[in-house]
Amino acid sequence: MEGLFTMDEQDPRLIGGKGIGQQSYFFPKDLAGADPAGIALGTPERKEVLLSSTGTVWSYTTASYPPPAPYVVTRDPWEPFVLAAVELPEKIVILGPMADEVSLDDMRIGMKVELGLTTLYEDEEHEYISWEWRPCDD
Amino acid sequence: MTSTATDTAVNTATHAAADTAAVEDVAILGVGMHPWGKWGRPFVEYGVKAARDALADADVAWSDIQFVSGANTIRCGYPGYVSASTFANALGFTGCQLASSYAACASGATALSIARAQILAGVCDVALVVGADTTPKGFLAPNVGDRPDDTDWLRFRLLGATNPAYFALYARRRMELFGDTPEDFAQVKVKNSRHAVTNPNARYTKEYHPEDIENSPMVADPLRLLEICATSDGGAALVVSSLEYARSKGVKSPVRVSGISTVSPAYPNTVIELPYMASDSWAEVGSEDESFKAAIAGRAYEEAAVGPEDLDCAEVYDLSSAYELDWYEYIGLCDRGDATKLLHAGDTSLGGRIPVNPSGGLGAFGEAVPAQAIAQVCELTWQLRGEAGERQVPDAKVGLSINHGMYGHGSSVIVTR
Repeated sequence: MEGLFTMDEQDPRLIGGKGIGQQSYFFPKDLAGADPAGIALGTPERKEVLLSSTGTVWSYTTASYPPPAPYVVTRDPWEPFVLAAVELPEKIVILGPMADEVSLDDMRIGMKVELGLTTLYEDEEHEYISWEWRPCDD
Repeated sequence: MTSTATDTAVNTATHAAADTAAVEDVAILGVGMHPWGKWGRPFVEYGVKAARDALADADVAWSDIQFVSGANTIRCGYPGYVSASTFANALGFTGCQLASSYAACASGATALSIARAQILAGVCDVALVVGADTTPKGFLAPNVGDRPDDTDWLRFRLLGATNPAYFALYARRRMELFGDTPEDFAQVKVKNSRHAVTNPNARYTKEYHPEDIENSPMVADPLRLLEICATSDGGAALVVSSLEYARSKGVKSPVRVSGISTVSPAYPNTVIELPYMASDSWAEVGSEDESFKAAIAGRAYEEAAVGPEDLDCAEVYDLSSAYELDWYEYIGLCDRGDATKLLHAGDTSLGGRIPVNPSGGLGAFGEAVPAQAIAQVCELTWQLRGEAGERQVPDAKVGLSINHGMYGHGSSVIVTR
């Protein structure tokens, strides 16, 4: 999925948008609404920004059953995973799955996490990469 | 693009600030429902049954209906996208005017708002509002086809974030911020199941106990299967008219629609909403802003010139057990964080100070998306007429319904007598 994150394995970043001359951040850059004040100022354009790679957990839950398509189920048998909503220093909350090895018991609101890349699924020709959150040191 | 966008913003700002106190009432002459269930039959059948019941209840002939406002379904092929003509054709085309609309879970309130506007504008005197759905088993999911520019498609593909996942994120916030527990949430389901026991239109009429909920499978921690609204089949309809038309029919004091809210969030909405992958940023305003849900009720209260203290009953969108508690606070029954006090005091149970979901709510119905907001108004109408049988709230005079459709469609209706 292009345009949502950088493919830098060492320091991957989500690609957000920022209103020009404003502190308004959006993710994904062009699929997440707008600040009407920016539009009224005549500057609806936004520039691309790389969002912070670490944040704190705002809330979390589990996918205890396999989600329906277009989710691609790769776990057989199904293993629940943890889904986290993470608050970044840009004061924006972004969803993402936690890394596979993280269980519900490892989670608490306010814990620090960092962005990583993971293989969502693969077919004969391609590996499909997306982002995940991983616990990290304070 | 720039000039159009600017004009729109200016118009929107003006409109948002418009005086909201001057909206006249319309009469609810008739209500009708097809029971909720998992029947698997064509949605049109449910809508037609509900419409016929509403017409009979109103004592208005189908041939007298001047306008049909249909709430669409996206799951039932093309007829679902043109629901007004689908229902009108099934009832027999009479040449009346039509409008079909979709606003996800808010579709029913949107359809009602269009009918009210037509009546108050003098375009018609009497209208039929109908919504019905046939839903597949399991999680609601996007229609087939790759759409990487649609956040609804992306949240499933990339994140596996189902609707219950969002409800669970909100539930976990309650636990963190207010000290709510899974046992508190289960009590909401217990209450609503008790309300539904004698409701002929409810899908689930079994009375549940806390251990039933505790023993049901975890779906999205901390929410269990029995705490998450199912997807249902069902249909609901209203016959609404001008007050003058109601008088001409000899109906002196009809139940009235006194306020309808279809507001959007106001930027920045910092609560992550279905189906988005991110919240708005609050970097500019300094603190989190969860005013959207309160604003939905706020607009309806303003139009109806009533407040939370005037309510006798409410039908709120309990997409999950925990979510019902959020609504107590957003509609002003108590301060933010205090909902469990009301719940445990029995205030929101039948027999309490302000019964919430006397119908049994989504917990007892499941959700038939375009019919649900209409069904909420059916229940409130029965309550205000004193026709709700064993689930009757004594002497109910003011009722509020509230929900919201994903992507940001607010929905609230206040009915009065």
